Amino acid sequence: MRPTAVGTPVDRADARSKVTGTACYTVDVVLPDLAHAVVVQSTVPTGRIVRIDAAAAERAPGVLGVLSHANTPSLAEVPTFPQGPAGQRRPPLQDDTVNFDGEHLAVVVADTLHHAAQAAALIDVAYDREEAVTTLEAGDELPPSGIFGEAPDSVRGDPEAALARAEVRLDATYTTPTEHHHPLEPGATVAAWDGGRLTLYDSTQWVSGVRDAVAMTLGMATDQVRVVSPFVGGAFGSKAMVWPHVVLAALAARHVGRPVKLVLSRAQMFTSLGYRSPTVQRLSLGARQDGTLTAIVHAVTQQTSVFEEFVAGAGYISRSLYACPNVAVRHRLVRVNAPTPTVMRAPGEAVGSFALESALDELAAQSGVDPVALRLRNFAEDEPQEGLAWSSNALRECYQVGAERFGWERRTTEPRSMREGRHLVGWGMASATYGVHSEAAAARVRICADGRILVTSGTQDLGTGTYTTMVQVAADALGVPVERVTAALGDTDLPPAPHSGGSQTAASVGPAVWSAALDACSKVLALAEQGDSYAEILTRHGIEFVEGRGDARPGASASRFAMRSFGAHFAEVQVDPELGEVRLTRFCGVFGAGRILNPKTARSQMIGGIVGGTGMALTERTVTDRRLGRVVSPNLSGYAVPTHADIPWIDVCFIDEHDPHVNALGVKGIGEVAIVGVAAAIANAVHHATGRRIRDLPITPQTLL
Amino acid sequence: MTRTEITLSVNGCQHTLALDPRVTLLDALREVIGLTGAKKGCDRGECGTCTVLVDGRRVYACLTLAVMHDGATVTTVEGLADGTDLHPLQQAFISRDALQCGFCTPGQILSAIGLLAEGRATSEQEIREFMSGNLCRCGAYPNIVAAIRDVAGAQ
Ligand code: FES
Ligand code: FES
Repeated sequence: MRPTAVGTPVDRADARSKVTGTACYTVDVVLPDLAHAVVVQSTVPTGRIVRIDAAAAERAPGVLGVLSHANTPSLAEVPTFPQGPAGQRRPPLQDDTVNFDGEHLAVVVADTLHHAAQAAALIDVAYDREEAVTTLEAGDELPPSGIFGEAPDSVRGDPEAALARAEVRLDATYTTPTEHHHPLEPGATVAAWDGGRLTLYDSTQWVSGVRDAVAMTLGMATDQVRVVSPFVGGAFGSKAMVWPHVVLAALAARHVGRPVKLVLSRAQMFTSLGYRSPTVQRLSLGARQDGTLTAIVHAVTQQTSVFEEFVAGAGYISRSLYACPNVAVRHRLVRVNAPTPTVMRAPGEAVGSFALESALDELAAQSGVDPVALRLRNFAEDEPQEGLAWSSNALRECYQVGAERFGWERRTTEPRSMREGRHLVGWGMASATYGVHSEAAAARVRICADGRILVTSGTQDLGTGTYTTMVQVAADALGVPVERVTAALGDTDLPPAPHSGGSQTAASVGPAVWSAALDACSKVLALAEQGDSYAEILTRHGIEFVEGRGDARPGASASRFAMRSFGAHFAEVQVDPELGEVRLTRFCGVFGAGRILNPKTARSQMIGGIVGGTGMALTERTVTDRRLGRVVSPNLSGYAVPTHADIPWIDVCFIDEHDPHVNALGVKGIGEVAIVGVAAAIANAVHHATGRRIRDLPITPQTLL
Repeated sequence: MTRTEITLSVNGCQHTLALDPRVTLLDALREVIGLTGAKKGCDRGECGTCTVLVDGRRVYACLTLAVMHDGATVTTVEGLADGTDLHPLQQAFISRDALQCGFCTPGQILSAIGLLAEGRATSEQEIREFMSGNLCRCGAYPNIVAAIRDVAGAQ
């Protein structure tokens, strides 16, 4: 088939419903007789609950019921990702222990939201408080048991000996803070029971994961649970796994015998859907005088909760981005009285790249080599850790095209050498990379006698453009205009699809849609000669519709090729020398990410990643009070995400890349590579502007003054 | 708590409501009238997802009490299109792909309408400054600014 829709900037299929307010998010779901639940959270970081006094709440107007560990049935544990779909293994409301400040302790259900909130404020909890570990620095380091099935530590070559022999050496520690995803739609679930069957409307990246987790923890058959999530108001990893509030909504609905809506408050979002762990990263580089890397040692310390392990592979990027014969990577964990961390946009790479790409900039300065030239010198012709050939790798083109578009050759080498009025100007750059992922997925395509096409899959659209790319792929497979195709997703009643994380949705669901469409097409063509329209053929045969089904699974290429997306970021900042204020004034990101299904929505994705990286670089940090173990200012003033005024025009470019190995569509995935390296590019620009090397994010006026 | 009776004209429809005086305009719209286009991203004036027009001016509906607006005219995102004809800003948001998850979008569009009425959309710089009360966690900012510019330029 000639692609006429794929690769073109088709308008977002769900845009109209979103600009008119008809898109129904979980928080908007209304059911007959709907009751409202409000969660009550702990106010100590560790200890025991001596008493939960719910009497006043139970007497309050409109209250239908209160759940706490005193009256909650026992729930089965659900394994955490990747063994299972849970974000937190420990089920809620099971005993009197408190493991972190902000843990769910009770749920109040009332006839209106207002009544539930008023009653929740009347719950009185007395604690027996114990000694808590509240920061990463205060605990003991432990080796994690594994990182998504990989060994936490690895060594290739002899890094120590290579470091000792190196002509140029660098040894620095970089730190990143706790960061929160803060999608604008909070975590939310609406639960409705119909006898023994449960329907959950949930804001999630993984409808089938929610179904499996809730069925498992409540001891139900999975076919007794349906999960619906047609629109998700942002996620970024926070809704990739299933968190305790989801089962609380189901329990609350069963307890009061009515459908229940549970929406977390913005403050509760700080302790309910995971977060990006803070990191302390020690990086040692060895190189020859010309900047050729001879050794990298990347040692990372992160935190996890006191009751379970989650760790992102922040150091792994140092094994595969550059050609270097001697590389050691080490990950350690500290158990803290805090919630379990989770994945956040490019888990691992986003923070690991800050350390590695800052260090490369330091090496460039030390060895007097231009930062782009330094990276080109260390380009990896093959994947350096496993020695496999790349399925494709456009990193060199990304540097070259980015440098041209940005005007990099006009950069003067010396820090503080560029100015605009009274402001210092700095230009910095960094590389980006993220792995290609995909999982088995299924889709269905229905061709109707009236000419309409319906394409469905139990996948999710987080604002990532899944609806749109499903329409485009089906339209091209059938040779019809996109206007004829409608997509439906976000429902466990539809053919199964994996979680929307790891930038894998297009690469997993796209091929399934393609083969479902071809299946449906062949069923119609079996009825008649080619040349007639689908509608004519079906009408002539008196058939209302035909349906095709497509299943796709990752191919065998994964073991023969190393598959990654790449990119290069170029940032310009202006720094106020008196106030220490950093403003991003220009940004260019260039990516080699396989075939781009829709350049319009893909560009938006990349811009979004760059904006997220700008937040990492300049504003985002969750502060915990050491004594209380509690988040300070748990709101969007205390946790500053970028605003309109912080973001300039952003230039995004995709390298035309044809990768025959990744999957049938040549799609690599784009959601995460966009954020990798952004914080380093900005920090490097700040160094160029000011001569100050900031190794501790975010770069605030306080750090610069 | 005694209830207070007020009338609101919302998107051209008259509503007479008996409300607890502590109910915010946002909860009155979402929970009582049943218009869910205005979103609750924070409920404390920090995100802008709840932005609506009250007598033509943009306000955070979560930060004002419904009973303070007796007799007011309120416009939410549901009231912008004329049948199937979209408001120019709605169309510009689609054309410029000025949204991803779409959760901030109703607030961005209403805020932009307020901005244009204030005459504050004369440059990109000014748009950025005076739209900064509307967060977009998906980071659609450059496209939102472009959409507003398109409409400002056409006026
Ligand atoms: S909900 Fe009103 S400003 Fe956030
Ligand atoms: S489009 Fe998702 S928050 Fe703006």
